[in-house]
Amino acid sequence: MESVPILKIGRTLLVSIQVDLQDHTALQLQEDLADRITSTGARGVLIDISGLEIVDSFIGRMLASIASISRVLDATTVVVGMRPAVAITMVELGLSLGGVRTALDVEKGLRLLDVEEDDAEHLLLDPDGTEAE
Amino acid sequence: MSGPQVGDPEAVPIAVDADVVRVRQAVRALAQTARLSLVDQTKFVTAASELARNTLVYGGGGEAVLTLVSDARRTGVRVRFSDDGPGIADLDLAMTDGYTSGNGLGLGLSGARRLVETFTIDTAPGAGTRIEITSWSR
Amino acid sequence: MAPEPVTPLSSLLQDRRERVAAAWIETAAAELRGRITRTELEREQTDVLDTLVAGLAAGGQVLTDPQFDGLRGLLGSVSTARARQGFSPRETAVSVLALKEGLYALLADRDAAVAPADLLTLLRLVDDLGLFTFETFATARESIIAEQAEQLLELSTPVVKLWEGVVAVPLVGTLDSARTQVVMEKLLQTLVDTGSEHAIIDITGVPAVDTQVAQHLLKTVVAARLMGAECTISGIRPQIAQTIVALGIEFGDIRTKATLADALVAALRTGKGRRAETSALTGA
Repeated sequence: MESVPILKIGRTLLVSIQVDLQDHTALQLQEDLADRITSTGARGVLIDISGLEIVDSFIGRMLASIASISRVLDATTVVVGMRPAVAITMVELGLSLGGVRTALDVEKGLRLLDVEEDDAEHLLLDPDGTEAE
Repeated sequence: MSGPQVGDPEAVPIAVDADVVRVRQAVRALAQTARLSLVDQTKFVTAASELARNTLVYGGGGEAVLTLVSDARRTGVRVRFSDDGPGIADLDLAMTDGYTSGNGLGLGLSGARRLVETFTIDTAPGAGTRIEITSWSR
Repeated sequence: MAPEPVTPLSSLLQDRRERVAAAWIETAAAELRGRITRTELEREQTDVLDTLVAGLAAGGQVLTDPQFDGLRGLLGSVSTARARQGFSPRETAVSVLALKEGLYALLADRDAAVAPADLLTLLRLVDDLGLFTFETFATARESIIAEQAEQLLELSTPVVKLWEGVVAVPLVGTLDSARTQVVMEKLLQTLVDTGSEHAIIDITGVPAVDTQVAQHLLKTVVAARLMGAECTISGIRPQIAQTIVALGIEFGDIRTKATLADALVAALRTGKGRRAETSALTGA
């Protein structure tokens, strides 16, 4: 059975979905990600869907689920690379990603996750904002 | 002339998970042949994916029949989903936005209907379900 | 009334081929003088005559019979080509109708011994061929016009890059559903192509907006957010604002600015370290 590879970049897990996912493969990905977040202590999850020509309700639910599960495990999820035709279709369908953050591409997505991390660190190390940038 | 001709139906059985993907791919190929715009293709294939999954999950399996259609000016894609499942008891309710009988955010039939040009449904409790969708090139 | 068997017709045509073809080409060449070379015309007519005879020999009687599928196909591509080359409808139909001249020639031929009924069937067939040619021509013309209309639509919706990471579409004139959709798709694609995270749709030059258009604009904003970009609508006139409210359209948390300049400034301010907006949608 095909499964989606999960890469680790620093404290971020990167998933690139290149193929038409079968429903059970999508569910497997959810599980695998939850395991990896826990085992690696990852703080961010980046899902690259630039290879997806279709995002239907099942995949949409999967993405939202991954985001929720990650949040519970104290990681942030960013979905990147959504194609315009897919975005238009999802709007027409009324499909919500349930508050998942999105970015145009992997680079911007990673930057987003970095910002989150920086903010968190700043709060921890310099709560009064007395240190210079 | 090779390739699908107007009128030759192509049947795809829907019995297992992998068949939903198979239906998607077959529908996408035909939609491209029918020269639907990229956005219309995406919408149509997404609707087909939803309906194929419905056929599998709620209908207990069935089939999708794909046909290339044409009128004087344009070509189109028609897909007919059919199953011998329980049928839909309250069609009005099922067609309401946001309705789902399963768990999670189902979009149901109303969502799929918005994505295609014509949508017809024929169902009754105990009599299975037949849904036909069509979209055309511009 | 039982139709006369036309198989004798096919052999008749075949036998008198020279005569028919000669009369045919003379008439057609006269009409199309200069528009198409005689050689090309002869070649075309040979093909048509061959296909016609073959169809008749196979038992075809009316143009819609399957035996004439090949003939319809051939005439269809000829007239479509003519339409694209800018021939007039008359020029396109005449080369087929001129075939009748060839058939009249048969009548004059004492040796031919053509049954009038047979000849009538053939003449009707040629009339149908002429009509069919014309229909195909008209359809081809219509699709050329549709293509040009689409190209025009493309050209009149420019998406410009205002700044690094900011693209804008200044819309001018009345918006209809078709045009707004084209704008939407083009804008979203440009976001991807340029890697811009900000889009501005400026409607200063739009006098009025109806429900459909407003919905499209809304959907564009939501779609842009789903993709990871932000979309602002600028230049909303007071009348349009009133219309939107009166129509009960929820603009919710859609960003709006009075002018394009304001929108640009806001986009640049947001710039680096952008907090991604959540991509929630109203409704479900």
